[in-house]
Amino acid sequence: MTQAVAALRTTPLNAIHRRMGARMVDFGGWDMPVQYSGVMEEHRAVRERAGVFDVSHMGEIEIRGPEALKLVEHVTTNAASKLKTGQAQYSGLLYEHGGFVDDILVHKVADDHFFLCVNAANQDKDYEHIAGDNKFDCEVENAGSRYAQIAIQGPSALETLQKLTPVELAPIRYYHFVDGMVSGAPARIARTGYTGEDGFEIYVPPAEAPRLWTEIVEAGAEFGIKPAGLGARNTLRLEAKMALYGHEIHAAITPWEADLAWIVKLDKGQFLGREALVKQKQRGVSRKLIGFEMKGRGIGRDGYEVYVDGAPAGWVTSGGPAPTLNKNIGLCYLPSALAEIGRTIHVMVRNQPVEAVTVQTPFYKRAK
Amino acid sequence: MYPDNFRYTKEHEWVRAEGDTATIGITDHAQKELGDIVYVDLPKTGAMAERGKPIGSVESVKAVSDVYSPVSGEVLEVNELLATSPEKLNEDPHGAAWLVKIRMSKPVEIEQLMSALDYENYIRAE
Repeated sequence: MTQAVAALRTTPLNAIHRRMGARMVDFGGWDMPVQYSGVMEEHRAVRERAGVFDVSHMGEIEIRGPEALKLVEHVTTNAASKLKTGQAQYSGLLYEHGGFVDDILVHKVADDHFFLCVNAANQDKDYEHIAGDNKFDCEVENAGSRYAQIAIQGPSALETLQKLTPVELAPIRYYHFVDGMVSGAPARIARTGYTGEDGFEIYVPPAEAPRLWTEIVEAGAEFGIKPAGLGARNTLRLEAKMALYGHEIHAAITPWEADLAWIVKLDKGQFLGREALVKQKQRGVSRKLIGFEMKGRGIGRDGYEVYVDGAPAGWVTSGGPAPTLNKNIGLCYLPSALAEIGRTIHVMVRNQPVEAVTVQTPFYKRAK
Repeated sequence: MYPDNFRYTKEHEWVRAEGDTATIGITDHAQKELGDIVYVDLPKTGAMAERGKPIGSVESVKAVSDVYSPVSGEVLEVNELLATSPEKLNEDPHGAAWLVKIRMSKPVEIEQLMSALDYENYIRAE
């Protein structure tokens, strides 16, 4: 365990995680906490109370200049032109052939300034992809090292964070953000998340992150807040059926296939990948992402084969226990003709077919 | 922590021998490393176990780990408790959450396993 390996990247909170006894893993080249007290307990804390996550490994890309909107519209699938200042949007970066470069969050900071949150392992690739096609009057900055990101998620997230900021949080609507101070540090406070719960993701200067983390944990103590790792982040996002790059989406998957048609606005005009998407739509989409629930004993996991009527038909993209639902769930790709709710399928769990049934998603939706 | 009357493997299984019957489980260290255990897959009674070969698997929220049989022989009994309460493996790995009982065909295999002291040194160095 002490063998020398290629140096992992660390977040400003690394020392805190280690001091707290978190189990650390190599996550796409980053030394990240997978759990503190236990995945189940952390998962439940987020659903019932609050959890705090270090997501500083996530990348940030800033696009500034008079034609910033033009570049964002050119490289993303969703309609950035519809964003108001202070609003955020889930979107896709696609290759010319229609496959995903990444899935991202686009924040409109000003008419001439957009702030993108991108996946950790993809940030350099995304930056090259965007900057490489920058034929507009704007500047693209790979800004990951200027931000730490902390997610506070769960029904008590608002009350927790409110204790630390003069910014009134309740009026910030879902997928909106405000720039303000959190505990004396400048922060971008976004009502976004990757858990299916209410909550916030704050972007702060790295040097301030350790102090803020500690203050958030202290502020949330009265509500039973727990530090939560990547393990719980994964079970939470899976219950909420949020895509994970490298699993549900990657370079060989298009938004039509990934059940993400809602982030594609063909009527907004030309964008990278549009032509391929139009063609695929005309031809017909041959496979689709669909949710399933295990019926037999066993857990379908990432990469396992899926059989329909005794023949191989698709594969599991993500799967595991759903702690909130007390079931084993997953997502899989199936031929479109077979991808309908209520179909019996079999997941090959270590060479044994285990029965499952396709179900409506999201698996979990919070009561509003 | 690690009972003196058990023997241990490098793959973190334990064995308790009584006559030619071996009770097998995973160690406290193993359950801690795995985290929340959500599923345990065990062989059927009557199956033949071979030393060093998988006899089942233990799944945590995040991952699947094979369980290797520390001894060879016939599976006499499997712990039905784990089918409905896999989390017992986190709570009592050396006791109520044993995995299988095997009638050893080569009881001498036990001698090649680690003592409690050796195992504790082994996991400390790991």
